[in-house]
Amino acid sequence: MKKTNASATSATALANPSRRGFIVGSAAAAGGLSLGFHLPGSAAPAAKASVTEVNAWVVVKSDESVVIRVARSEMGQGTHTGLAQLVTEELECDWKRVGIEQVTAGQNLARNRVWGEMSTGGSRGIRISNTYVRQGGAAARIMLLQAAANEWNVPVGEISVDKGVVTHAASKRKTTYGKLAVAASKITPPDVKSIKLKSPQDWKVAGKPVKRLDTANKLNGSKVYSIDLKLPGMLYAAVKACPVYGGTLKSFDGDKVLNLPGVKRAVQVSPSAVAVVADTWWRAKKALDALPIEWDEGPNASVSSAMIDARLKEGLAASGAYANRNEGDALKAIEGAVKKIEAVYSTPFLAHATMEPSNATALVTANKVEVWLPTQNAEASLAAASEESGLPLSQCEIYKHDLGGGFGRRGGDQDYTRQAVAIAKQFAGTPVKMIWSREEDMQHDFYRPISQCKLSAGLDANNKLVGLHIKVSGQSINARVNPAAAKGGNDDRQLQGFWSAAGDAQFGYAVPNLLVEYAMRNTHVPVGPWRGVNTNQNAVYSECFMDEVAKAAGTDPLEFRRALMAKYPKHLAVLNAAAEKGDWGKPLQPGRFRGIAQFMGYASYSAAVAEVSVNAKGEVKVHRMTLATNCGHAVNPQQIAAQVEGGVAYGLSATFYGECTVDKGRVVQSNFHDYQILKLAEMPHVDTVVVPTFDFWGGVGEPTICVVAPSVLNAIFAATGKPVRTLPLKNQKLV
Amino acid sequence: MAKLNINGKAHDVQVEADTPLLWTLREQVGLTGTKYGCGVAQCGACSVHINGQLTRSCSMPVSAVKPGDKVLTIEGISRNNSHPVQQAWAELDVPQCGYCQSGQIMAAVALLKKTPKPTDQQIDEAMTNICRCGTYQRIRAGVHRAAEIASGRTAKPAAKPTAKSA
Repeated sequence: MKKTNASATSATALANPSRRGFIVGSAAAAGGLSLGFHLPGSAAPAAKASVTEVNAWVVVKSDESVVIRVARSEMGQGTHTGLAQLVTEELECDWKRVGIEQVTAGQNLARNRVWGEMSTGGSRGIRISNTYVRQGGAAARIMLLQAAANEWNVPVGEISVDKGVVTHAASKRKTTYGKLAVAASKITPPDVKSIKLKSPQDWKVAGKPVKRLDTANKLNGSKVYSIDLKLPGMLYAAVKACPVYGGTLKSFDGDKVLNLPGVKRAVQVSPSAVAVVADTWWRAKKALDALPIEWDEGPNASVSSAMIDARLKEGLAASGAYANRNEGDALKAIEGAVKKIEAVYSTPFLAHATMEPSNATALVTANKVEVWLPTQNAEASLAAASEESGLPLSQCEIYKHDLGGGFGRRGGDQDYTRQAVAIAKQFAGTPVKMIWSREEDMQHDFYRPISQCKLSAGLDANNKLVGLHIKVSGQSINARVNPAAAKGGNDDRQLQGFWSAAGDAQFGYAVPNLLVEYAMRNTHVPVGPWRGVNTNQNAVYSECFMDEVAKAAGTDPLEFRRALMAKYPKHLAVLNAAAEKGDWGKPLQPGRFRGIAQFMGYASYSAAVAEVSVNAKGEVKVHRMTLATNCGHAVNPQQIAAQVEGGVAYGLSATFYGECTVDKGRVVQSNFHDYQILKLAEMPHVDTVVVPTFDFWGGVGEPTICVVAPSVLNAIFAATGKPVRTLPLKNQKLV
Repeated sequence: MAKLNINGKAHDVQVEADTPLLWTLREQVGLTGTKYGCGVAQCGACSVHINGQLTRSCSMPVSAVKPGDKVLTIEGISRNNSHPVQQAWAELDVPQCGYCQSGQIMAAVALLKKTPKPTDQQIDEAMTNICRCGTYQRIRAGVHRAAEIASGRTAKPAAKPTAKSA
């Protein structure tokens, strides 16, 4: 363990410094360092080492440690460490002495969004901010070196720096960043256009498999997640929303629970939710369970999964779908083909099930709202706090805690933030911590959209693919979160991965006649982003069907794909890397079978080879998976491997077990007994192959998940001869 | 009112008898390293040891804990990360979001106490906690590595999960 890293990091994890001076939680792990902000010209804080902001990204202390500011959230993906590596690389400071500090949404607002956007989702945390954070590090280095040049009265070109030690070789003079920081902070920053960033070939810290900066306090219970926060005089709230989406709260009898231990009172939270506030959360929850509540379940109270299924099937059959791609004449080509292959696939609603349930702590006074919470988008949280309280943004503040899982649940949708503020408003001056039970969390999610897909293909006499028709019918995320992008059902996002355009989620096959369509069929169940959406569903459709077509053509699945991929060399290179490391075509142990898949999303290329066996009872065991990724620039290879390994577990949970069904208008599943998650015993051995080409910046947290399910399903197809077209596997009889 | 011995220290707590040990630890004693994940003994985020026995504290009413029972939480494993399991976890960068790791570490410590050199199959059987980030591969390697550290071997593990760069 690196002591400096651990202590500096704990400042981020433990302290969300507010003007009110709360130091959050135990500081025992690392000495209770709370940096706060020291802006140039303001009074120095009462700390042993003086602290100087060189620029918005870089703070240098007189003890030679460096604090790198981060705006994006950390939810386990290693974003903070990766961003710190990039800044360090350009700054040329000593990595062993680097720590990180989170900026707040209020600070970002007050400084004209100097840190840019704070949203952390879509695997964008590093790839979108890489240029300006590296420029931030470089600008600070230029200012620090100029400060040395001024002090020594020598040309700055004669000065070099290594790990924060600045040298003028000719005069054999040395100094350090810690000594130069104050002078550097007064130098005019360089024009961004004049900054030349390093080539990745010259990277010394970025691109290396360094350890994460934020591990130490995750090992001894001292890390303070939002759910662990304790503020003086705090109360606790348990909340329940109408189980049917679109329903409302008719009445509740708060008097019935007033005499229960610790209860303050029951309050309405929104038109559709009620809470009990007590002196502990457990007491609040017990009282909520005892609270008489009447719901008006509204118009959706009779909706079932069967009805939703019928609606999606109608969408597959109906005319008038939106054509995202229509090249050649696919329908005619398939009609005239020698062999025709057709299949319908389906994937269910899925809950995020972050390990830390939704929660937020709010303190509302007459002229200020403060919220402590796990959020993927602190600025969306700020907006929600402002709207819910009626106070302007400038009188709101958001203190981010590192998230106990995000996976897309805690981004643009700030329902839990609104609830916490609505409750705290009714206890003005007292902080109230709202925690959702696991049941509330699972039944009030923004689910991965449900969809079905009908695929048709035609092969000519030489078994060449002459036409392909892909038609997705299902729910649209944009219809709820960005209606303009789904107007008339013309929603490209639900066809992610089938796109023609290069760069983000490009389809990797050249088919002379290709039709890709979307039939928007929405339900009352709220949907949203879900780690790897919508490439997860679309890769199952595309890649499993590709194996069905390859089988009809009598061709090896890898060879069949390769023949279609000449125009897509990056897709092909990753497929080849997975095939090679995954031993495609090599002998297998008896009873084992392989499946392969490739797909693109979140600006990265992914491919997988799965090795499975299916026993006489139809039980599947995944023995080994090999995943290859080209994410353009690899900032931390061992953390990329961690994301790939985690993505395999997330993808396999969905493949084997993941399913939210609807009955009487509500989601049936309520906890981990009926929404099962993969366990360690089922985890295959994962080999990760990173093949970066360093000519673009791609995502890491999500892209590889989409090839997990299809490679496994294709291996099962190889084992049983029967394609699996409906997920999850737990509902399928394989033999 | 309950008398508890937690991490070797006596505590008197004012709670209803049916309050789960988890919420007593978190809200009365102020030890928040033990996490709430499901409340129904499914996920293991709330794992503690009671007299050395791995226990899911969310489903254990505080009234079932006797004053003489020794409750061990993650905070009692070591504050300075010196326990072999903590060392191994740090060495292999096991945690991602970290939320489940208190429980994972408690489960690993219990396993190694009973079985100092576990096989993969013994790890499969003992480590049933849910990790939503999917750190299972590194947890498995971490348990093996912790066994090595505990037995005095300091060599780097052969099976450290790292990516190959082509």
